[in-house]
Order: sequence, then C-alpha cells, then structure tokens
Amino acid sequence: MNAFIDFIMGPMVWITFLIFILGLILKIVLILKDVNAREPYIYSYMTLKHSLRSIAAWSIPFFPKSTKQSPVFYGVSYIFHLLLFLVPIFLTAHIVLVNEAFQVSWIALDDSIADILTIMVGLGLVFFMIRRMMVPEVKYLTSCKDYLLILIVALPFITGFIAYHQFFLYRPMVIAHVISGEIMLILIPFSKFSHMIVAPLTRAYMGSEFGNVRHAKDW
Amino acid sequence: MSNEIKTMDKSPIVKKKNTDEAVESGLAKLTRERIKNTINQVLQNETGPRFKAYVETCMHCGLCAEACLYFLSNDRDPSYSPAGKVKQTIWEMLDKKGEVSIDFLRRAVHIAHLECNVCKRCSMYCPFGIDIAYLMLMVRRICHKLEITPLYIQDTVNSHSATMNQMWVKEDEWIDTLQWQEEDAREEFENLRIPLDKVGADIMYSVIAPEPKFQAGLIYQMATIMHAAGVNWTMPSTPGWDNSNMAMFTGDNEISGRIARAFYETAARLKVKRVVMGECGHAFRSTYDVGNRWIGWAMPPFEVVHALEFYHELLTSGRIKIAQKYKKTVTLHDPCNVSRGRGLHDMAREITNMLCESFIEMTPNREHNYCCGAGGGVINCGPPYKGERMVNNRVKAEQLKATGAEVLIAPCHNCHSGLEDIIHHYNLNMEVKFLGDIIFETMEKKIYQSGD
Repeated sequence: MNAFIDFIMGPMVWITFLIFILGLILKIVLILKDVNAREPYIYSYMTLKHSLRSIAAWSIPFFPKSTKQSPVFYGVSYIFHLLLFLVPIFLTAHIVLVNEAFQVSWIALDDSIADILTIMVGLGLVFFMIRRMMVPEVKYLTSCKDYLLILIVALPFITGFIAYHQFFLYRPMVIAHVISGEIMLILIPFSKFSHMIVAPLTRAYMGSEFGNVRHAKDW
Repeated sequence: MSNEIKTMDKSPIVKKKNTDEAVESGLAKLTRERIKNTINQVLQNETGPRFKAYVETCMHCGLCAEACLYFLSNDRDPSYSPAGKVKQTIWEMLDKKGEVSIDFLRRAVHIAHLECNVCKRCSMYCPFGIDIAYLMLMVRRICHKLEITPLYIQDTVNSHSATMNQMWVKEDEWIDTLQWQEEDAREEFENLRIPLDKVGADIMYSVIAPEPKFQAGLIYQMATIMHAAGVNWTMPSTPGWDNSNMAMFTGDNEISGRIARAFYETAARLKVKRVVMGECGHAFRSTYDVGNRWIGWAMPPFEVVHALEFYHELLTSGRIKIAQKYKKTVTLHDPCNVSRGRGLHDMAREITNMLCESFIEMTPNREHNYCCGAGGGVINCGPPYKGERMVNNRVKAEQLKATGAEVLIAPCHNCHSGLEDIIHHYNLNMEVKFLGDIIFETMEKKIYQSGD
C-alpha cells in the first residue's frame, strides 16, 4: 500500500504533468499538421489581428451579445473557469508541496478564502449539472458523458475539501484527491476538456473569417 | 406580448415533416452499403481538422439555441436548436459509422435543407465560434451524393448544370429580355443603352436568373440608374451572366465551382474593371466568398461589388441625386449574406437615410438580424414546404410587426420572396421593396419628352 501511495504521490505526479503538458502540445501539433496536410487554405484567411480581436472580444465579460442574453450562465462560467485555475495554483497545501520539492514558492490564498472558493467551484458544477437536467435545449444535447465530465472535475475539489477539513477517512481522501486530480489532468488533452486550447483556435478562425473576409463582428 | 403572433390566426397548419418525390424516390433506391460508403467518404475525405475540432470541442452547452430563428419560432423546441440539429445528423452519422437508416436520412435531409438557413447567426452565439452552418452544408453534401436532395432546389441545380443559369433561361431569351428592357426604357430616357458585351467597360453588371425570368423591371430600373449616373457599363450576352448559385446550397460543389468559374471568366473576357451585382444575397456569397474558394481563389479574382455598395458610391459621390425623399415609413432588413457576410449594414443605413424621410430600426439588427427564413436554399425547396416555413418564421414576423413601418426594404432577392410570404401569411400589411425601387422612385431623372 505504501509503495502505491509513494508512486501516486511521486512519479505519478511527474507522469501526470508530462502527459498533461506534452499531450496539449501534441494536440496542437497534430491539429496544425492536419491543417497543413488537408486544409492549408485556412492560413489564407487567418490573420493575427482578427484572431486576437475575436478572442479579446469574447474574453471581455458580458461584452458579446450572447453573454448579455444568458448572463447567469456566463457569470457562473467566468467565475468557475477562473477559480478552476486559481484555487489549485494558489492553495497553501499545494505550494508547500512544490516548495518541498523545488524550493520555490509564491503567494498563497488564505485557507478560509480557499475554502469558500472551493465551495464556489462546487456550486458552479452543481449549477452546470442542474442546467443540464432542467434546460430543455441543454438536456437535449446531454448524454452521460457530459455528466461524467462534471464528475471528473468535481472529484478533486470534493476530496480535497473533505481531506483538508479531515471530516472523515483522512488518508483515503488524500489518496483519492491525488488520484482524481491526476485523472483530470491526464484527461484534459484527450477529452472535451481540450477545449482549453482548441476553443481559442476555433474562435480565432471564425474571428478571422468574420473580420478578414466578412468585414463583420462575430460577437 | 403585444407583438406576438399566433399561427392560430390563420388556417391551421399541420406541423408535420413534409417530403417530396425526389427525396422519396432517391431514398427508395438507396442500399445500406451505399449509405455507409457515401457518409464515410464525405466525413473522412472531404472534411479536415476544422470539422474534427467543431465536433470534438462542442461542450453541449446549448447557447447556440438562442441564435436560431427555427428554435425561437417553434417555442424553443430543442430539436430545432443548432447543436440539436447537429446531434440529429452529424453526431449520429459519426456514432454509427455511417450505418444509418432510411428514416434517419429522411429526417437529415429535412433538417439540413428546411430547418437551417445556413445564416451563421449561431456562430456568433457559440463561445467557441463553431461553424454549425458548415456542418449542415456537410449534411447537404452527403444528401447530394446520395441523390436525395429536395425536388425543386435540385431542379434549379439541373438548370445551372445545363444552361449555366438557375431558371432554364435560353440564351436568345436572355438577350431578347435585355433588348426589350432597353427598348422600353428608351421611350422614357433619351439614348439609354443596355450595352451588351462591351469589352473594356468599367463595370460588368450581373443579375440572377429570376430577374429576366419574371422581374425584368429590375433590369429596367438598374439601366435607368446607370444611365442617370453616366456609368460606363455592360452586361454579358453569354452564359456566365447569372451570378446565382443554388448548387452551393445543395452540396453539389462541382457544379457550384463551374458556375463561379463561368461568372469570373465572363468578366475576364469582357476585360471589365469590376463586377457590380444586383440586390441578391446568396449570389454575393457565391461570387464573393464561396465559389472562388472552390476554384482556387482565396478571394475573388475580380472586385465584386454588391448593389448596395454601388448605390452608396453613386449617392455619396453625387452621381445620382435624390429629387424628393421617400415619404412612407420604412424599416430595413439586413440580409445575412451582405451584413453578416460582408459588413454592409452601416452603408445600408446611410443609403436608407439618404433616400427616406422616416427610417425605423428593427431589432435585432445588423450582424444580429434574424434571417428572413428563406435563404440558404430553404425557399428554393419549393411549395411542398411553404406551410412549415411560415411556422418556422414566426419570430421574423413578430420582429417585422414590431417596427410598425409601412415599407420593408430588403436588398436581397431571397429575402424579398421570403418576406413577402411572411407578410401575406401573418397579415402584416407591409410592402417589400428593394433599395433600387426606392432610388428609382426618388432620384432625379430626365424623362424624355417627345419633341425635345
């Protein structure tokens, strides 16, 4: 058992980050290779200016019309995505681990604030889940895979929260936290989570088609 | 809501999914093998990373629904949402690796050809900018290869293929129509000409085939505008004069490319500086954005100018003067292919304000305007589908009604026909006009008096 724990907390962390980062790089490389091989004309339309213009417009909260029409969804979504990165990166416990390994550290969130933010991530996921169950046009598109994605993101936050507070089963929770976190990171390049890097590309392309060819706004 | 229009007001329309003989006879001939091979051939060999990214990246969030005229007009029925249409077509084709049923295909033809105007409004409501219209056109491509394209639109493609125009207009009829319009116009305007095949003219003017077929008066109007502005122009007498392109909407890319090539080659033969085209949206999309790509031009080899832009140029440069502004209250419909497709919406407003005394804006507008419900080849699928089209356009009717305007300006042929249908069906009491109609009515023109 101890050997297993050593593995998931040691080499597996390395493996996870390697797969996560190399996977994302590989994903981009494969897309670009595929574009070069099969749709190289895309480059005749893409411009940096219009790509960035579109990405920027869609990054300003409540600026695109769609965001004004669905303010609750976008509001929750902005906060959720932001916290998804902020909470794990600025969590004291994580920084301590990094510091032990590499002697580097950075500013940490106050634990009580991190606690609240973790609950907010959870509430965000609950919101997405309820929306999938209740809103007809979303329900229509939803399959169990979509709930699975929610679960995969939820698990590291839930287990981390329980482990931090030592509510019950402290050691198993820590192990579950590490494993679920690793699963989530490993899956990012190979699942719909890859929208993390593919969405800016599709946005850039549509932004270029609209800006460069159509001389119109796409937000 | 006071502007809400209930379809109950009119004779009840049974909302069933229609079909037609071409679709049915095509379906009857299909084998499982052919269906599977065709779908896989198109999805594997005719798409690329873009298609893959669109399918894989969609998070099933449903935000595109809010964009869609069909979804909104059908009381938010999710099967009409853009992603819902992809689910019922592309996702299932991919899931089943092409092994889909005849019933599935009957539904797929209907979704791609009659429940989507490929207007691309939804791309502006998808946070990732997924091009759902492109996915629907891919479904149409598959339907084309399976030979199950709806009858009426297929007939227009057959006409394109045989005559290089959409309406089976014969070459002599075309020339005769132009000369007839010239002759009529010469009774009012001294020395007016519709110059045919004038090599080296500044402008080649090009129309869609419905103009000579049943709206020849529009050619008359343009000739008087050209005459008044003193433009050095010409019209081609040979095939290539029709800039419409229905093959672009049936997925018959090969014919679509031939049409675009004939068009550009005609302009090249006449050695004109640029091409001006009539008030048509899809034809503009074909010659400005789509047809050129198929035949290998990133952008059109000629400067292609939509009538709207041309009018703007004539009016702002003073080559045409307005004698008296148009009195009736007008509103403006932004056609997808010239606003969302070319950003001409602000110019359209400037023209409207130059021509008309009282302009009422409709909401939403500009890039965000609702499609007329006819475009993208939907109206071209013909009478079997008109009833359901009217149901699917309810929100458009509400949008029009809310303006309270007497006249609806729509600088696009497809929009015109679709909006006329909506106005009649929902008793909106509006008159649909082209910008050219209003320019003709309001501009300074020197009418020839005998004895002058």
